[in-house]
Amino acid sequence: MSHRLETHGRLIDRASTVKFTFNGKWLRGHLGDTLASALLANDRMLVGRSFKYHRPRGIVASGGEEPNALVNLGKGDRHEPNQRVTTTELFHDLRATSQNHWPSLEFDVGAINASLSRFLPAGFYYKTFMFPRAFWKHVFEPVIRQSAGLGSAPHPETRDPDRYEHFYAHVDMVVAGGGIAGLISALAAGRAGKRVLLVEQNAHWGGRAPVDGDVIDGKPAGEWVKDAVEQLEKMENVTLRLRTQLSGVYDHGYALAYERISDHLGEEGAPRHRLWRIRAGQIISATGAIERPLSFPGNDKPGVMLASAVRDYIVNYGVTPGDRIVVVTNNDDGYRTALAAHEAGVGVACVVDPRPEVTGALPEQVRALGVPIHAGSAISKVKGLKRVVSVRVQPYAEDDGSYEEISCDAVAMSGGWSPVVHLWSHCGGKLNWDEAQACFSPDPDRPPTNQNGEGFVTCVGAAAGGLRGDVAAASVAARLSALGIDAPAIPVDTPDEAPLAPVWVMPVYAGAKKRSKMWLDFQNDVKVSDVMLAAQEGYESVEHTKRYTTLGMATDQGKLSNINGLAVLAEALDKGIPQVGTTTFRPPYTPISMGAIAGEARGEIFQPLRRTPIHAWHEEQGAYMEPVGHWRRPYCFPQGSESHEDAVKREINATRNSLGLLDASTLGKIIVKGPDAPKFMDMLYTNMMSSLKPGKCRYGLMCNENGFLMDDGVVVRLDEDTFLCHTTSGGADHVHAHMEDWLQCEWWDWQVYTANVTEQWAQIAVVGPNARKLLEKLGGMDVSKDALAFMEMAEGKLGGFDARVFRISFSGELSYEIAVPASQGRAFWDALHEAGAEWNATPYGTEALHVMRAEKGFIMIGDETDGTVIPQDLGLNWAISKKKEDFLGKRGQERTYLASEDRWQLVGLESLDGSVLPDGSYCVARGFNANGQTNVQGRVTSTYYSPTLERGIAMGLVHKGPERMGETVEFNTVDGGRVQAKIVSPVFFDPEGEKQNV
Amino acid sequence: MLTLTCPNCGVAACETELAAGGEAHLKRYGPGSTDEQFEEYMFMRPNVKGVHFERWRHAAGCGKWFLAARDTATLEVFGTYSAQTTEPPANIIDAIKAKRPDWSQS
Ligand SMILES: [Zn+2]
Repeated sequence: MSHRLETHGRLIDRASTVKFTFNGKWLRGHLGDTLASALLANDRMLVGRSFKYHRPRGIVASGGEEPNALVNLGKGDRHEPNQRVTTTELFHDLRATSQNHWPSLEFDVGAINASLSRFLPAGFYYKTFMFPRAFWKHVFEPVIRQSAGLGSAPHPETRDPDRYEHFYAHVDMVVAGGGIAGLISALAAGRAGKRVLLVEQNAHWGGRAPVDGDVIDGKPAGEWVKDAVEQLEKMENVTLRLRTQLSGVYDHGYALAYERISDHLGEEGAPRHRLWRIRAGQIISATGAIERPLSFPGNDKPGVMLASAVRDYIVNYGVTPGDRIVVVTNNDDGYRTALAAHEAGVGVACVVDPRPEVTGALPEQVRALGVPIHAGSAISKVKGLKRVVSVRVQPYAEDDGSYEEISCDAVAMSGGWSPVVHLWSHCGGKLNWDEAQACFSPDPDRPPTNQNGEGFVTCVGAAAGGLRGDVAAASVAARLSALGIDAPAIPVDTPDEAPLAPVWVMPVYAGAKKRSKMWLDFQNDVKVSDVMLAAQEGYESVEHTKRYTTLGMATDQGKLSNINGLAVLAEALDKGIPQVGTTTFRPPYTPISMGAIAGEARGEIFQPLRRTPIHAWHEEQGAYMEPVGHWRRPYCFPQGSESHEDAVKREINATRNSLGLLDASTLGKIIVKGPDAPKFMDMLYTNMMSSLKPGKCRYGLMCNENGFLMDDGVVVRLDEDTFLCHTTSGGADHVHAHMEDWLQCEWWDWQVYTANVTEQWAQIAVVGPNARKLLEKLGGMDVSKDALAFMEMAEGKLGGFDARVFRISFSGELSYEIAVPASQGRAFWDALHEAGAEWNATPYGTEALHVMRAEKGFIMIGDETDGTVIPQDLGLNWAISKKKEDFLGKRGQERTYLASEDRWQLVGLESLDGSVLPDGSYCVARGFNANGQTNVQGRVTSTYYSPTLERGIAMGLVHKGPERMGETVEFNTVDGGRVQAKIVSPVFFDPEGEKQNV
Repeated sequence: MLTLTCPNCGVAACETELAAGGEAHLKRYGPGSTDEQFEEYMFMRPNVKGVHFERWRHAAGCGKWFLAARDTATLEVFGTYSAQTTEPPANIIDAIKAKRPDWSQS
């Protein structure tokens, strides 16, 4: 059984007691434990179930590469799935539950999938899609949905109660990894005066060296590490962070680091996670190496662990996964586990090694202890269901039927080590296949390059391929000196190691049945047999095989399975591993929290909010607000318990019958000024703008170079060389950028300046039969019909305010839009209400605005347009100049498809039953298209209930619509029905314009 | 997350401050041009792997457009320059040739 030892445990405080729960049961650990070591100390070998077959799963690793031991952490709002127990530090009252099982971890119904495993081979998902659709829907999907999925997602209504934040750092060098190589690098760079950020993902400095017993510079590793950290802490130019992972490397020296600030404290107050956004001149990847598993039948059972993890638990936490361990290894390093176990008084049953002769220094030490070494041997079976009971050992390279049954309660496996090349590869660093160590190593001649074309990532230590301590230390000095940093060569005493044997699968002559019990990807349940099947079915590309089998696609991203999977694929394809190549390494290195990515950008400060000068008044009135770009605009102003629908009706009726007021301040306002402004305006708009007289207004259309309608609005000529362009509320920034693009990049010799003055002005529409009376009551400038005719502009004083008055109408009513300096906006609004009370001055919102414009057949950008509509489709030919030689979009509109008569064009639509047509509904045509879908001949673009006409009205684009006035057509409804409508003019109300022209 | 130095204000701007504008040095074809010319102008982009001239706007900065010569594969930046030009200036061409002797402007 797994348990706590009397001795060892360099990281735990034995005097402390930490209580925590696992699946509701109270357990005890020590400060310094990880959840993994604490579970093992309590003999919790079974911690979860696998994704596909729901196989019993135990802890495999001791670090971030753990594929199996994922748990739900926390409860309520703090519930978080898929947390690795190996990187979760124990704290008081930690609550963990196992995942992926039903009804309980010990008894799991989904495990029946395992007995169906021959029906769930590689490519199962893809193959199943080929079945008849009904079979998928009624048979496979329900079964898969029931049993698939890792962890449980939080309820959508829960809100993360924790705080997260972003840090920005600009450094000469960021060092990823606080093992020996990272510490040497940081010391050297720190002494050279560089600004250094050193980050270590774990809670402790020193990496593996203190466990593996290296002697550094004549000192035991632990002591050397302590000294090094003390020196670094004294350097003002060096910043050190534990529990911080450099998780991604991006272009030009940008990097992200993920700091877990308070996860291990289990208390509130500090931010939970912090995302570091780093620009670094150089990134040192001192990320070490990860041990590989071996693929033998039953290698996924609880109790089969990485050899390095077994000795980590013994040395660091004083915990052993068993009392009688079998070590299986293809290299000398695995023997370190036998030595560590023996040293801690843990029984070592034997070492199984496929190499025919085992002679290295470490194996000799093991042999001297009297531990049997089975050279040329393999494990061919692991017995036990929820934990290991025994293993069967047989010859590795031949199948003579002989075997020996060896009882044990844990298996420590080592398939050699792979450098962690992720950070090197994120931005395109290339790899070489290292034949001797059987791993991919960074090719220092092909680094990822920065803006100067120089490499900006440097791998050192084990990450550089130096898998032995002395080689690793030497590589640091060499690589740093190549960067111009003087790093002393630090002697490291490491025993000699004999070469490993590139053994991935054992035994050699394993039949199909055995291969289907050899796991490659523990989390996603991908086996040797799956990869072989993929190869047999023609998958040659490693990227395709990955997706077909799901190898390496789990949350651990194949950290353990990568090389073994490649090796199996290579062998099946009869190629070398380097020819098969590796899949792409993408950030982040391990999953990071969504909260850290969001940082402070949540709730009210998720994005900036733009407020008009009258915004506060709207809120005081209890207006129902809607987002329009970054603005919030009142949708309507409900009174008391009034519904939104009723409020909109009331606002429209009040406006059409007496007086309405609209806060139109969000309307875009761009000044175009200069001697060449008229020429530029003629290029920007489809209309002739150079002919507009000062003091006059003209409705203009703006197209992109493709010819599609982009924005519209009223243009006012303020004086000979100054135009004021009104744009849509959401379009001002885009239109301004569009203008600047053409001015800066195409017509840079034209003398024109633009300025976006949207927020300089408050703009209020005074609308309705009593509009003029209100302005006359305020007093000041002459706003009579003769002094200020329709589509004219005048400046002057109005009720003491500095006003610019435009006689324009978007509602069909007598209407003035009045701009006053933003600082006077609220006072002017208040004055209008006060003076307008006798005519029941009614504020109206965007919905009333929309309904009134639709009653008049005015188009709305984004409703009638969608980026594929030209003005000609909308009956706006009158606004397109025939005289101008050129304007933006003119050539585009001449293309045959756009110039054709055979297009969907704007019409009004009246449902025969008076109902409101569904928005976006299609006008159906006869027959079916090639996909068996009903043919269509148009669609609804705007649809409202009109209180003025007391019926539903709509606008839409219908094939050759304007030629089909009076025709009845059909539109589909959401529930699959049809509704009939008559094609009519889009101008439903006051077609002669008599109301606005008074 | 590229960094490009805005030639207008001199700021070494992070990509988050910039807006990309596609290929640079396109010749505009307006009314009177053939369908082929217009298609070439609007849509046909070589999408090169290697030396590329492109448009950027210092959108969250000074607001000015500028042009950049960059290797799309290695991300090396040969230089940035004013948008008010129809072809890359000589110093930019020299900088490219110094690093990419085999490159020629097609
Ligand atoms: Zn700038």
